[in-house]
Amino acid sequence: MSERILSVLVEDKPGVLARVALTISRRGFNINSLSVGPTNIEGRSKMTIVTELESVEQVKKQLNKLVNVIKIVELDPDNTIESEVLLMKVSINKETQTSVIEKANLSGAKSVDVGQDYAVFELTGTSKELIKFEKLLKPYGIIEMIRGGRIAIQTKL
Amino acid sequence: MTKEKLSGAELIVRTLEHLNVSTVFGVPGGAILPAYDPLYDSPIRHILARHEQGAGHMAEGYAQATGDVGVVIATSGPGATNLITSLNNALMDSTPLLAITGQVASDFIGNDAFQEAYTVGLTISATKHNYLITNAEEIPQVLLEAKHIATTGRPGPVLVDIPKDILNEKANWTEPKLEDLPGYKPTLEANPKMIQQAVELIKNAKKPILYVGGGIIHSKANKELFELSTKYNIPVVTTLMGRGAFPDGNELCIGMPGMHGNYTATTSIQKSDLLIALGVRFDDRVTANPKFFAQKAKVIHADIDPAEIGKVREPEVPIVGDAKSVINGLIEKLGDSEIDTNSWLNEIKDMKENYPLNYNQEEKGPLKVPYVLEELQKMSEEDSIVVSGVGQHQMWISLHWKFKSPNTWLNSGGLGTMGYALPAAIGAKAAFPDKQILALDGDGCFQMTCQELITASTENIPLKIVVFNNGNHGMVRQWQKIFYNHRFSASELTHHTPDYVALAEAMGATGLRMVEKSDVKRVFEEMFKTNDRPVLVDCVVDPDDMVFPMVKAGGSNDEVILNEDDLKNI
Repeated sequence: MSERILSVLVEDKPGVLARVALTISRRGFNINSLSVGPTNIEGRSKMTIVTELESVEQVKKQLNKLVNVIKIVELDPDNTIESEVLLMKVSINKETQTSVIEKANLSGAKSVDVGQDYAVFELTGTSKELIKFEKLLKPYGIIEMIRGGRIAIQTKL
Repeated sequence: MTKEKLSGAELIVRTLEHLNVSTVFGVPGGAILPAYDPLYDSPIRHILARHEQGAGHMAEGYAQATGDVGVVIATSGPGATNLITSLNNALMDSTPLLAITGQVASDFIGNDAFQEAYTVGLTISATKHNYLITNAEEIPQVLLEAKHIATTGRPGPVLVDIPKDILNEKANWTEPKLEDLPGYKPTLEANPKMIQQAVELIKNAKKPILYVGGGIIHSKANKELFELSTKYNIPVVTTLMGRGAFPDGNELCIGMPGMHGNYTATTSIQKSDLLIALGVRFDDRVTANPKFFAQKAKVIHADIDPAEIGKVREPEVPIVGDAKSVINGLIEKLGDSEIDTNSWLNEIKDMKENYPLNYNQEEKGPLKVPYVLEELQKMSEEDSIVVSGVGQHQMWISLHWKFKSPNTWLNSGGLGTMGYALPAAIGAKAAFPDKQILALDGDGCFQMTCQELITASTENIPLKIVVFNNGNHGMVRQWQKIFYNHRFSASELTHHTPDYVALAEAMGATGLRMVEKSDVKRVFEEMFKTNDRPVLVDCVVDPDDMVFPMVKAGGSNDEVILNEDDLKNI
């Protein structure tokens, strides 16, 4: 696996996401996923950036040049817990309803809303699990699917 | 004690005074207007440029000549967008710049108001950092921080955008104090372990070379570099931005390598077994195709910007730190070591003798730029500052001018901004009114910012300007000749329009002209005699002259084209 996960601590200031995104596109880096959210520290946000091995050193160095970027940690793949949320709206009918919901629930997904001809599921898991889930329900007709971006945390200090 | 209440505009001027800013360059306009009112009473000298690009380059010239921050002020919208070229130019050449722009009033931001542009968004990638001010109280603190970021670490431009209502808002003046910036801590001191590793490589090198650039000048490390080179007999190549960091004329100086570098500089890098790269970034104009660059050499790469290390070439020894600290570390650890470079220096000496720079100035033929430059240097002051545009003339100056000290060569290296010379020279002259400032420009470049000649005249800035008039975009013509089968598409300007002498006179300067060899001395004598106003010399030169040596873009530095005859082989 040539993926690398960067955990980027930034100052929670206006425009910081734009600065990071511009740096990434300006330098032509490959980014597989980027997510942003607040942390337990006031005034600090965390970005999780998933990139490829070949660009990781330059991504780190170029992002570190941004004044609002405080710290970048490359997570150790063996000691990292990764998670991502997925919302999926699947087409159902009388014949498929039971098996779709059953399959989804067996995969650990939660049925959030079930209508006459659709069901909405929520699943949290690794990106592999989300891809597997997508493949599983694809034959029934996915109307809409959104993934929230990968977040990760290192287990050891 | 009640604190003094000032308007945002007054806070700007008060803070600039507090930061010991003596000169600012700019153009007023609607959104920035409040700031110009207190400036009227301030001892700070404001130089009114005729275009914001010019104002920006003036601030850059001031900064390149002094090593201190250059300050530029512009209004919102077009004022800010016109400034962007100079911001990006300063970013590429690591020039410390503080830009203050007016913005439409806070309530109008995002509404496509009159003269509104998203200045912060537009300049994120053209600056080292930028700010949008949201209340007047933070103005002193942000300006201090902006100057700090602009001048420390790897220097660069920082922009502060201030909405008009904030300029009018009253707030307390409190003396700003530099606070901790959690995400900005440049590494200045080199890691001793890395220095030790570098020293081991240097001691064992047979063909070491110091490959030095702008970082030496920013770090004011020229004396330390001189000691490192002369104590251990290590030859030096100076990049375009590093010209003057090591004195030309010293036998250890090889000059500029690269696309239009001299043969010996380019070739000695190819033959070297150890590159000691200090404050350089392995620019493509130096390396040509990096695959073929210095293939036999190990690399020690020291730079204050960690992102430059390994960007183009993976070094054997990476060192993050300020050039001065790195060089002092190397000298200390090298101690009394002797490095036997005699046969290497002889090899370089032979190359210098066998491949000298040359040009052919015929008695009655058209003027050649290198000849004019050599005559000009003979007549100019020892510490004169040379400011250049971009293209053939820039390369000829870098090749033929003998630079003795840092900050005497100002040019646009990284971005290659035509039009840089005249405004940057105005900035340098504003910084050093008693120094001889020579703006040596091409005709194509000059036409891009020539309105600033009016600034020089009206602000009483008596520059010497030489326009090398070959009636063409010379470098474009050279490439069209070599790579486009002599099809001179859109590169011809004509020698006669404008009439540069008349143009100079119309703009309040003295205009002179030289056309042949016998004019040169006389015209320059007259130029140097005129010190009460700017003087412009229209120097009519050969349009067909080409800059050599040359390495093809993306080619190998092993294949240096020495002259026109060599072109047949490519």
